[in-house]
Amino acid sequence: MTDDSTGVSAEVAAVSRSDWGRIVGGLIRLTGDWTLAEDATQDAFATALKRWPIDGIPNNPAAWLTTTARNRAIDILRSAASERARAKEVDIMKSLADGGEQDIEDDRLRLIFTCAHPALPLPARVALTLRTVAGLTVPEIAAAFLVPETTMAQRLVRARRKIEEAGIPYRVPPAELLGERLSGVLAVLYLVFNQGYSAVARNELAASALSLASAVVELMPREDEARGLLALLVLQNSRRDARVGSAGELLTLEEQDRSLWHRDEVADGLALLPNSTGQYAIQAAIAGCHARAASALDTDWGEIVVLYDVLLAQSPSPVIQLNRAIAIGMRDGPDAGLELLSGLQLDGYRWLPAAQADLLLRAGRTAEAADRFREVIALTTSGPERADLVRRLAELES
Amino acid sequence: MEYLFFIATDTEPDVEPERDGEVQAWIEEGARRGIRKQGHRLRPVEDATTVRVRAGDLMVTDGPFTESKEWIAGFDIIECENLDDAIDFASRHPMARAGRIEIRPFWPTQF
Repeated sequence: MTDDSTGVSAEVAAVSRSDWGRIVGGLIRLTGDWTLAEDATQDAFATALKRWPIDGIPNNPAAWLTTTARNRAIDILRSAASERARAKEVDIMKSLADGGEQDIEDDRLRLIFTCAHPALPLPARVALTLRTVAGLTVPEIAAAFLVPETTMAQRLVRARRKIEEAGIPYRVPPAELLGERLSGVLAVLYLVFNQGYSAVARNELAASALSLASAVVELMPREDEARGLLALLVLQNSRRDARVGSAGELLTLEEQDRSLWHRDEVADGLALLPNSTGQYAIQAAIAGCHARAASALDTDWGEIVVLYDVLLAQSPSPVIQLNRAIAIGMRDGPDAGLELLSGLQLDGYRWLPAAQADLLLRAGRTAEAADRFREVIALTTSGPERADLVRRLAELES
Repeated sequence: MEYLFFIATDTEPDVEPERDGEVQAWIEEGARRGIRKQGHRLRPVEDATTVRVRAGDLMVTDGPFTESKEWIAGFDIIECENLDDAIDFASRHPMARAGRIEIRPFWPTQF
């Protein structure tokens, strides 16, 4: 097993997922140098891929990689041979001698908070979280966000430079800042998840967001909003195999084959639901109502309306109003929903005519529904979805 | 870390007005904590003069270096641990409500 190179690459990938952020975080704590920490960690994983097929997988792979990365960092500093590098090398040696291993559990959390610092532009926060905490490569991140690799590499260079030059502290923020900063962290993770989830071809992003969100919950078990976000992500992710139709188009909850939902994950998500009114907790509770229902008609729409009311009271947004109107339409009949939708200003947002078309169909007003369908088609750019809509419009008109 | 605070005006200020003595209290806190090195309020942009030398010719113009609805009303030099401390101190200046404050780290003169 140990000399099987497939086993080795699987093991290296597993340790990368579980320990990359902790190893990079520890090196940043020791050296204060983000680029050095990432380079040394990258080199350590590359060395593992070379050595383990020959030497066998070590008993404690994570410890082996931590030591190798640290030695590599010292080598890089020695070869740089500047005064500054020498001073950092001395720092590492000193803190190792003082028992620098304490606090290790916090390294990943420290990294997550620093990467999500509000003084960094949002795209940089997301990129830095994926690169430094989750260990995704620059080409992977660039591909997920549809930007050229050089652009993504530049974005990361600028972000690391700003952390150093503007004096962004490497730490978990003190209590008085924690609430505000935690919501920034959760926003980054939700954005990462959605970026992964909205792509029809699933990729590493959704997995990274889930793993980081559970790390935050594990490290800060009393934060309800963190639990709320994790519950929301787990529940949304449990529907991954049902959400894409045979032609590659995204399916609505009603159209999905609910037997494809991962029931064990639904149970996990429901068990995580915090008893709180934070925005993620409420969104997760709504996802929970859908997860518990055997079909769209069986859904507790009354409860969903109540939850949307809570959400609206906190952050009025036309998108939430749209979703609430749909829930009212399901609870009180299509006309009630249509009336609420007619007052919404959401120009160019295709889910508005889509919701109107759906309620009009339920009311038996086929010709008007077809008009709305044509609006949706005009606003849809994705190939498979457009084709699906055109097909459904043709069915409607026949 | 050393930072310069640009105290700037804003076309959309917060509604809460400056309280009497608020700036003075802020300055005193900066002195007590030893983090505010220096600072001044500036005369209005009407009194600004901009100087350029191009191809050896001196050009002097009336007004600020950039045309804008907002202008710099003052500055402070702050020395503190990190950006979070700077943000915290800036957030308690009354001009954080009446205007906005730009925090710029100094270019280090030595390593």
